[in-house]
Amino acid sequence: MTAVPQPVPSTGPTGGTMLLTLMKLRTFIALFAVLIVFSFLAPNFMSAANLILMSKHVALNAFLAIGMTFVIVTGGIDLSVGSIVGLCSMVAGGLLMNGLALPIGYTLWSSVPETVLITLVLGILVGAVNGLLITRLNVAPFIATLGTLYVARGAALLMSEGRTFPNLAGTEAHANQGFDVLGGGRFLQLPYSVWTLMAVAVAAAYLARSTPLGRHVFAVGGNERAAGLSGIRVDRVKMFVYMFSGFCAAIVGLIIASELMASHPATGETFELNAIAAAVLGGTSMSGGRGTVGGTVIGAFVIGILGDGLVMMGVSSFWQTVIKGLVIIAAVVVDQAQRKLQQRVALLQVARQS
Amino acid sequence: MTPAARHEVVLRLDDVSKAYSGTLAVKRATFDVRRGAVNVLVGENGAGKSTLMKIIAGVEQPTLGRIVLDGETVRFPTTADAVAHGIGMVFQELNLFGNLSVAENVFATREVTRGLRGIDHREQERRAAALMERLQTGIDPRALVEDLRIGQQQLVEIAKAVAQDARILIMDEPTSALSATEVEVLFRVIADLKARGVAVVYISHRLEELIRIGDYITVLRDGRITGQAEMREVDTHWIVRQMIGQDAKDFAKGVGHRIGDVVFEARDVSLPRATGGLAVDHVGFDLRAGEILGVYGLMGAGRSELLDCIMGRQRLATGSLTLDGRPIGHLDTTDRIARGLALVPEDRQREGQVGILSIAENLTMASLYRYVRGIHIRRAAERQAVAGAVTDLTIKAADTDLPVSSLSGGNQQKVVIGKALLTHPKVLLMDEPSRGIDVGAKADVFLTMRRLAAQGLGIVFVTSDLEEVMALSDRIAVMSNGRLTALMDRADATEAKVVAASAAGHAPTTPRPTAPAKVSA
Repeated sequence: MTAVPQPVPSTGPTGGTMLLTLMKLRTFIALFAVLIVFSFLAPNFMSAANLILMSKHVALNAFLAIGMTFVIVTGGIDLSVGSIVGLCSMVAGGLLMNGLALPIGYTLWSSVPETVLITLVLGILVGAVNGLLITRLNVAPFIATLGTLYVARGAALLMSEGRTFPNLAGTEAHANQGFDVLGGGRFLQLPYSVWTLMAVAVAAAYLARSTPLGRHVFAVGGNERAAGLSGIRVDRVKMFVYMFSGFCAAIVGLIIASELMASHPATGETFELNAIAAAVLGGTSMSGGRGTVGGTVIGAFVIGILGDGLVMMGVSSFWQTVIKGLVIIAAVVVDQAQRKLQQRVALLQVARQS
Repeated sequence: MTPAARHEVVLRLDDVSKAYSGTLAVKRATFDVRRGAVNVLVGENGAGKSTLMKIIAGVEQPTLGRIVLDGETVRFPTTADAVAHGIGMVFQELNLFGNLSVAENVFATREVTRGLRGIDHREQERRAAALMERLQTGIDPRALVEDLRIGQQQLVEIAKAVAQDARILIMDEPTSALSATEVEVLFRVIADLKARGVAVVYISHRLEELIRIGDYITVLRDGRITGQAEMREVDTHWIVRQMIGQDAKDFAKGVGHRIGDVVFEARDVSLPRATGGLAVDHVGFDLRAGEILGVYGLMGAGRSELLDCIMGRQRLATGSLTLDGRPIGHLDTTDRIARGLALVPEDRQREGQVGILSIAENLTMASLYRYVRGIHIRRAAERQAVAGAVTDLTIKAADTDLPVSSLSGGNQQKVVIGKALLTHPKVLLMDEPSRGIDVGAKADVFLTMRRLAAQGLGIVFVTSDLEEVMALSDRIAVMSNGRLTALMDRADATEAKVVAASAAGHAPTTPRPTAPAKVSA
């Protein structure tokens, strides 16, 4: 900065700072590592078709992980996202297939854009319920979202008595055709879902870096009391992150329903765990205050590519699960080591300058 | 004055120093603990008393110097080592498990077991009941600690230490939450321990208590031992003189600026205490622009709670607050900050800063809206504000993008003050602004306060440092037991008056006649 005379920079990067830089870039390194390894071991891995397919898979987890990152940065957790995915996909499916039957014997049909809008609002509302439970009723985030996990899943099952809505093509009579565009449409070879992910990721990264709200999210996660005393409305910030997480989950519910052109009430089970894994792999600290959208997206890619690559290599899915677990644990171990090293380097810098 | 060796020295801290990042808490202190006596340790807040005791109890390790126990040099790398050597400690901040029963707390880590059949709860409860009997408390040993009053919890903490049959028992402010009768009981217990040859180390702020039960006294100031004597040879004046010292601290002198109109009014501010009674009891005062109002009082007098009420952090607070002629009592903290109130809290780590965020992010945290266009933070404007604050407050930082926790205590405090100032407040509330920072940073903070007052800011600052309140204030308010017991102009104030007001409503004072003090500047 300009105000303080800069001390002479230390002569070249020392071993400590080199290692630190490597550790900071670990998610990137992991990403390139999996790409390179699989391009040798799995045939057709680097083909354009396969890369596009993988990015489609990854996108689903990445949406959830971005929402999850904001929640975790505030020091919370959102276990309900998988169930919101299921509920939203069922609501979208139900609206398109059966319409909304009003008790007066008249059925209301919504167009595709209206359905999308209603579904997104629903996701935000479930997030708002999470937020209200946590801020107003002081329920611990783990418990509050565990509760909504069950409630939302149960509601999804109730909507169809556990059956699948098999055909979401819509009819001309109800003017609700064209739902398949979202999951199947492409622009410049890339699926719409990947474009949507880019838009959401860029917006989320901007929000985190350059808006007061984003700064507040980090402040609340770093020290809630100090944030409150600095005039940050902590409850509103928390409401926002859970609503945003619900919004991201609703997007995923819509994309899955549109890709399959059917909705199944079990959609999204255990998605929350993959989202948490991606966020943690991307450097988000479970104790709050630290995390980046970019890191999370890369984390989601590492997990996704690892899964798809192992499938292409013919590794059994049981081993895949074991490997995924080991990768996550390794990521957190490196994260802890990085933090320790970082503290030492910072102390050294302070000691050198004084 | 050197203490006569009537009692044998059991433990000696020999030329001990303790450094934390940025500050030297204890400087080359030599401290003797004598058997069968009450060894009193006094000093102002931040003088290093608690650090010294933590070194004896094995919580902290001395950076330099050694511990000599029964003539042999020992090391206490952990508290368990200290306990094994017969050292017990009653901590100032209660170290109890709220979710466990009284008996379980008393025997924590020393559970009475019956081999494989597990803990003998009945025996533990029987022994705990006997202890409670001895302390005349009538606390049920099966009660959960979190259900007890703070005073009762303190007694449990004392019982826990007594139960260890320690040879050396350290009590850090054991009476801060006790009622007058409970204090009497504690004193009887201490007399009993003394008779059995236990060395008691007793820390307190209440001078009358010390003089009553102490045998030897050691005074600490700024981490240095400034006086050691036998208690019967000294009086209050001697203690106060050693505590405060002859060499005045570096207080910035007032520049004789004009004091403006009333900018802030508090009327009938009250706050109920969780354990009954009022933590803040109908307090009212005015503050003028450019005025520094010093609020003096002992720990627990309700000073911090008063500031909390003013900032809108206490939902149960009542009374009316007016800023610039407009009522603000109905607003939340955010809106009060927007209207022109700002607080520098007492506990920097817990309430003042977000340790993992950068210096820059901490500085602009409260004033972020000033650098925003639409929803976008204008980096240039933010950086300019940060640079301004760094220069204004002489914050010594290599790079404002480093985490704020990398700074020394004094510079962290300047960052917290800078954060408050960047909101351009009309009234600045400061809770113990000089606590835990080194002398140079203190001088900077005092200078800043003077400069801000000269610019027309109204400042309310809370302190337990008598010298500080006398030197910096334009007016002095004294609180005791939640009430405002005195409000006087600096010109009319003497240390004796201030001290007397701060003790009003406390336990009966000693019959010693209080001669008018002549120590005031």
